[in-house]
Amino acid sequence: MQASSVEIRKVNKFYGPFHALKDIDLSIPPGKVTCLIGPSGSGKSTLLRCMNFLEEYDSGEVRIDGQLIGYDAPGKRMSGRKLREMRRSIGMVFQQFNLWPHMTAHENVAEGLIRVRGLSKADAMTRAADALAKVGLADKMGNHPSRLSGGQQQRVAIARAIAMEPKLMLFDEPTSALDPELVGEVLNVMKTLASEGMTMVVVTHEMGFAAHVADQVAFLEKGELVDVDTPSGILHHPKDARIQSFLRTYHERNSF
Amino acid sequence: MFSIPVFFESFGPLLWAARYTLLISFLGIGLGLILGALICAARLSPYAILRRFAAVWVSFLRGVPLLVQLLVFYYALPVIGLDVPAFVAAIVTVGICASAYISEIWRGAINALPRGQSEAAIAIGMSPRDVWSRVVLPQAVSLSLPALINELILLVKASSLVSVVGILEITRSSQAQAATTFRPLEVYLAAACIYLMINLCLAALGRYLEHRTTV
Repeated sequence: MQASSVEIRKVNKFYGPFHALKDIDLSIPPGKVTCLIGPSGSGKSTLLRCMNFLEEYDSGEVRIDGQLIGYDAPGKRMSGRKLREMRRSIGMVFQQFNLWPHMTAHENVAEGLIRVRGLSKADAMTRAADALAKVGLADKMGNHPSRLSGGQQQRVAIARAIAMEPKLMLFDEPTSALDPELVGEVLNVMKTLASEGMTMVVVTHEMGFAAHVADQVAFLEKGELVDVDTPSGILHHPKDARIQSFLRTYHERNSF
Repeated sequence: MFSIPVFFESFGPLLWAARYTLLISFLGIGLGLILGALICAARLSPYAILRRFAAVWVSFLRGVPLLVQLLVFYYALPVIGLDVPAFVAAIVTVGICASAYISEIWRGAINALPRGQSEAAIAIGMSPRDVWSRVVLPQAVSLSLPALINELILLVKASSLVSVVGILEITRSSQAQAATTFRPLEVYLAAACIYLMINLCLAALGRYLEHRTTV
């Protein structure tokens, strides 16, 4: 599998007067899993969404395999066609799944292959079936999203993304909307993907996943990248007081 | 005394007159759907001038009674040198009036879709055209169906107003019959029955379509 790298340099993002991302520098190495953690409102989702330009950053650079995304040159917007070209190889999974409710699971996965990759309907349906089998949903292909559990819906959403054969996968809190007992099945699919050498960037509150699967963990707070380190460096030996306090709150909430 | 024979006899001419009611309602909503789509597109467009135009269109047409619009339109056309039959003038007026409501129905349906629906399509690299035709519109249409059927039923009833420009639809036909038979109650009751039958059929059609499009 080809895997992309992401280079983020001095990225700033404003919502009106609100400074959502402050001079973010971050390197996402190819074939590795990077988790973005931090309190809500810290800018981690915004940063993730800058990587496929769903969110426009105001200054700085986000480069996918060296190519600037969203802009041809600083300040000069990229054409829609070129941006779509780049997005083809970037998969994204959302907190709310965002499956299309008027299509079956099978059609949800095949749609992009037909419309974006230009596959024939028959080829797209075969490839979609393979992708669904990979996430363990071969027997649910004909179901509409409303007839699937949250965990199954999120696995369909992952299948929809991986069917496009991306070189980079972005996960925006993929398990936050799930009932606790359904989190595991989604994380397992993500672990498989990681073991196959996919570059993954995961915004998550699952510290267990970050500790066991991530190669690096970045901690954000109030739009600042506080630290990037190995999972154990961030989670077990945090140097910054803000990370220590975040983890303390996390442990208090999760202990019984 | 209520005359049952007169009541039943009045159905014949009224059912024949119903063809105008149906034609005006259906062609009117057809035109309203097309114009409404354009107005809705203008309302959601990135161009301020189009948005402004659409907003003015909607507020004017919603703010003036259909009856007055019909009269203005009917008498204004000859002034600007257009000699169109009353029937055409009626359809155009009904369609234009309906477009104001229909554009708002569609705008509401489109805005009701979660942003994530189109974001998911954009993220896999779909073109704006595909995002609209494959993701947004199919859902917006099914969300708007109940309101559109409602609008169609309102139009069937509002079509009675075109009697003022001389079209012999159900209401005008019943007025004429009432005048010749001197039996207004029987005739108007028959007219009421016909309107009710039409609208019960439309409501059933609406339920059928909704059932088919709901997942």
